[in-house]
Amino acid sequence: MSRPSSPGGERWYRRLGSPGVHGVLVAAALVLAGPFLWEFLTSFKSLTEIGQIPPTLLPTRWQASNYDALFRALPFATMFENSVINAVARTGAQLVLCSMAAYGFARIDFPGRNAVFGVFLSVLLVPSQLLIIPQYQIMQDLHLLNTLPALFLPGMFSAFGTFLLRQFFLGLPKELEEAARLDGANPLRIYWNIMLPLARPGLMALGILTFLWSWNDLLWPLIVTTDTRKMPLSVGLASLQGQYTTNYPVLMAGALIATLPVIVAFIIMQKQVVEGIAFTGLKG
Amino acid sequence: MLHLRQAPSTEPTSRRRRRRRAKLKNTLWALLFIGPTAAGLAVFYIWPAAQTLYFSFTRWGAFGGHTWNGLDNYVQLAHDPDVRSAFMNTIWFTLLGLLSLPISLMLAAILNQRGRKGVSVYRTLMFLPFVTMPAAVALIWRWLYSGDYGLINYLLRHVGIGGAYWISDPRTALVAVAAVGIWSTVGYNMVIMMAGLKAISPHYYEAASMDGASPIRQFFSITVPLLSPTMFFLSVLSVVGSLQTFDLVYMMIGHTNPALPQTRTVVYLFYQKAFIENDRGYATALALVLLLVIIAVTAVQFRLQKRWVHYE
Repeated sequence: MSRPSSPGGERWYRRLGSPGVHGVLVAAALVLAGPFLWEFLTSFKSLTEIGQIPPTLLPTRWQASNYDALFRALPFATMFENSVINAVARTGAQLVLCSMAAYGFARIDFPGRNAVFGVFLSVLLVPSQLLIIPQYQIMQDLHLLNTLPALFLPGMFSAFGTFLLRQFFLGLPKELEEAARLDGANPLRIYWNIMLPLARPGLMALGILTFLWSWNDLLWPLIVTTDTRKMPLSVGLASLQGQYTTNYPVLMAGALIATLPVIVAFIIMQKQVVEGIAFTGLKG
Repeated sequence: MLHLRQAPSTEPTSRRRRRRRAKLKNTLWALLFIGPTAAGLAVFYIWPAAQTLYFSFTRWGAFGGHTWNGLDNYVQLAHDPDVRSAFMNTIWFTLLGLLSLPISLMLAAILNQRGRKGVSVYRTLMFLPFVTMPAAVALIWRWLYSGDYGLINYLLRHVGIGGAYWISDPRTALVAVAAVGIWSTVGYNMVIMMAGLKAISPHYYEAASMDGASPIRQFFSITVPLLSPTMFFLSVLSVVGSLQTFDLVYMMIGHTNPALPQTRTVVYLFYQKAFIENDRGYATALALVLLLVIIAVTAVQFRLQKRWVHYE
């Protein structure tokens, strides 16, 4: 069956290993994605049904009452809106501000550039929780606690985003800009008309990452919002857990509302997301 | 800016003046481009960093206001058993979190095999934990781990293993939460490793199979060394991330859980001191010690990379 002395030996090995290897993949996919299916199914079961042994796979009767309970317990629709506003504001602001700063660092030669960039880099190294107390004080002084701007204001500025896009701009050829400059275009026009379109993959990567981080963030919104109408979903889930400690069908309904939009968006754009994240991995 | 438009003179000093004018112009453009972000970082990041350092030398009253108390916070930190256990727990989370790397490497290697079908479907499914909200993920896993009706205990009983109250039993809670952390990062690590694997030239493998090297041998003599820079990058990210573990512990354990002392991380303790007990001077000192630990551990990793990271 095998001819170990020839390159065909390898093929023999592969054929033998294949079902086992395939099994590993299926098992891994089940462990990594299965919990989301369980989340979905549980959210439509009744509290009595989840107490049955053996557990049922599909709900015996699909019921939306958990979602009713959820929206009665907390203003979940408003929380969803808050999450969207927070993520969109942070992402939009970072795409504009970081790309501008990145262009400045990559292409404008001004005195003190390295020193200023060094300060940006040092911000990159400081973990977020270290700054949270003074940031909280600022929000308090500005009377912004329990408002939407408190959620997104600090997150609109990013040293990471600036660094990432600067690396991207540095990798772009200079010829196009030179031509535009000879035609008398000023830096603002070069940035807007030439650099930004070329930087689309980098912007995509930053946008996806910032959106995910903002959507998923817990610690910062947890401390600046105590009013349920100003909370994003992540903090909403924490309060939901406080009310429905072990009512898992309702908890899963809440978790589903927080995860499903991201899962659907990810599946639709999975190629861009995976490429964008692999891109930051290689550049970062 | 109008004076910049003055007609260029033809005097000998004109070149120098023109250069100075270009410099000024560049500075103004830089201000326009970088200014907004620089101002935002100064207000929300750099100034707070300086304040944090100052706060760490102060004691806070119950109703705001703080007084200088020198190094007292740091002295107190050194003798606080909660701080010691929080650091120990965090170190365990960090070490266990690294297990994500070999798992991801195995999956990435399998998915990268030539002729493998359904790669993008598997990749999408395995990447889901990374894009989903940790707060929600924590709820899902609390339900899976549930002692009485959880799916995990049911499956274990099926194969004859008695279950456990995974996240309220002090003996199992840390490992149970760390497993969710690993679960959340496997997909990310795998995607980065797949990109790294694609960059390895197939010639190496062709030459190796000509010489009769088995796939296992090829994996350890070609794949592992050539992928080591990627592994290094991911291990640094994993360690820095795990040292800041908060969301999962906050959502899965909670302040009434009997296993809290065995799972409370440094950032959790920081949150508790700062925003529940309002002991903000002490909390900032704790956060600064964590920063020093992060810097030290990262420096050690960079020092050790010479021993195992292979750069072409």
